[in-house]
Amino acid sequence: MTAATLPSTSTPGAPAASVAPRTRSPRQLAVRRFLGRPVAVAGLVVILAFIVIAVAAPLLAPYDPIATSWSAIRKAPSAAHWMGTDENGRDVLSRVIFGARASMLAGVVSVLIAAGIGVPAGLIAGFAGGWTDTILSRIVDAMLACPFLILAIALAAFLGPDLTNAMIAIGVSTAPRFMRVARAATLDAASNEYVEAARALGNPPWRVALRHVLPNIVPPVLVQGTLAIAAAIIAEASLSFLGLGQQPPAPSWGSMLNAAQRFLSQAPWLAIFPGLAIFLVVLSFNLVGDGLRDALDPRRR
Amino acid sequence: MSHVLQVAGLKKHFTVTKGFPKPVTTIVRAVDGVDFAVQPAEAFGLVGESGCGKSTVARAALRLIEPDAGSVRFGDTDVLAARGGALRRLRRRMQIVFQDPYSSLNPRRTIGRTLAEPLSVHGIARGRAAREQAGALLAEVGLPETALDRYPHEFSGGQRQRIGIARALALQPELIVADEPVSALDVSVQAQVLLLLRELQSRRGLAFVFVSHDLGVVRWFCARVAVMYLGRIVEQGPVAEVFARPRHPYTRMLRDASPIPDPSQRGVLPRVVGEIPSAAAPPPGCHFHPRCPRATDRCTQEYPAWTDPDGHGFACHHPEPAG
Repeated sequence: MTAATLPSTSTPGAPAASVAPRTRSPRQLAVRRFLGRPVAVAGLVVILAFIVIAVAAPLLAPYDPIATSWSAIRKAPSAAHWMGTDENGRDVLSRVIFGARASMLAGVVSVLIAAGIGVPAGLIAGFAGGWTDTILSRIVDAMLACPFLILAIALAAFLGPDLTNAMIAIGVSTAPRFMRVARAATLDAASNEYVEAARALGNPPWRVALRHVLPNIVPPVLVQGTLAIAAAIIAEASLSFLGLGQQPPAPSWGSMLNAAQRFLSQAPWLAIFPGLAIFLVVLSFNLVGDGLRDALDPRRR
Repeated sequence: MSHVLQVAGLKKHFTVTKGFPKPVTTIVRAVDGVDFAVQPAEAFGLVGESGCGKSTVARAALRLIEPDAGSVRFGDTDVLAARGGALRRLRRRMQIVFQDPYSSLNPRRTIGRTLAEPLSVHGIARGRAAREQAGALLAEVGLPETALDRYPHEFSGGQRQRIGIARALALQPELIVADEPVSALDVSVQAQVLLLLRELQSRRGLAFVFVSHDLGVVRWFCARVAVMYLGRIVEQGPVAEVFARPRHPYTRMLRDASPIPDPSQRGVLPRVVGEIPSAAAPPPGCHFHPRCPRATDRCTQEYPAWTDPDGHGFACHHPEPAG
């Protein structure tokens, strides 16, 4: 008997029934599941809109965001100034539009920094185990023992008030979370037999880690990343609110809120519009994060 | 007599330290001195209950885990001393087929990529040539070439197990360690996969270390068998001999406990006495004595020596009568 004549495992009468007519990669399947969630898609649309706003700010803003005007101080929303003007007579709409740059940039860059530190650390800790794991995990425990915002404030204050330093501070403070997620996902992925098979084939450990484990920890890291962007935007707003982020007169949503608190009763629009912007973006990132989690891991639900 | 694989005095102990403030160290003797040899083109079975250390032996023999003591020789190479390039060349000659077809294939890779990987790791073939070889491997295990561009989730358990076998064959090994290769499959699919394995064995002259808890499967597939209990081999010999006339009471218990597809034998299965004890605290003397109907005082004190009168060896003070 030759291999070709061995009975195939497909059911009789339906020769290729067990093989789908069109092949779909796990990624394509995840995209389809994500698109089947209207709430997550709505979040994605809002995020994309804000990215467009941030990129095209000079084209969209009706006024110069830092041009003051003595004749238009704390004017309520009107046809000329849709979101009113602030205490220096600057157009709030233009400042919210330009503020999107600081917020989106801070959210994305600080999460990239956090993932850049946390994911390799988690991959190494989870894959190597032993002392390497113990040392890295204790460092992470120590960092997580400090409240996130306190750590970020301390780091930002130490580095000096400026948007770049705020992003570094937020990134470093967020890194332990990524390390935890990446480590747990690595332990999970490395327990699969295909990782053992990769070793049995003669792959050196680093190649097993990079080629077989790393691609399989991307989903949880991606979910964590999306949710962390939301947290980072809040953190940037908080640091700016405290004067540690974007420096005046350049606009950021957090520093606008800071300035607005003195006029909450006389000019509530100064707080409402940047607050609304933060709320919308953060909510959208959280919705997308939840949608990604469901789409990437169909087992949980 | 030349051996393809020779394992001697193999030990693997796992140390677990737990507890605070006074840590308690427990040593689990998963494998506690195992010797066996596999000849070229021979199917060698390794049977025993869950937790007896048979999978650990299989992995230590392939050096997927580092054993603590003993020696493993493959042909005339010392497996445990090999490193770097020498170890990689060894890996080319011995491969493994896993139990769980759902975790043994990387879900993010097409079948083609999975099958081409061993070829590129060892610099055998790349690109088009690798793809052609991968297609030939699929044909050899009875799958169509169109499977190359598909992902593991599109296949059934039996089909995935065939792909796992194809991956093991890619490097044209002399020995395949099969760790419960059909245990996770439906009975109907088991038979097909076993037929395929036997087919490959005779066509390619492959030697097998076949780990299983299913005596029926081992009886059918293997020429010789070793029975493991708590990290040690208690009986070893030709399959027909060992199962027809077991000398060790444990082998007899295992054999009598496995169902016989014969209605007239219905209800005569003997009660299996007790559970397998923890390998962290094996009973003193012969590990099997608490469950053994033939045990005496001697068995509680002294681990029986290995006796091998005629190629059918066992470790027991009071063996079942021969013949």
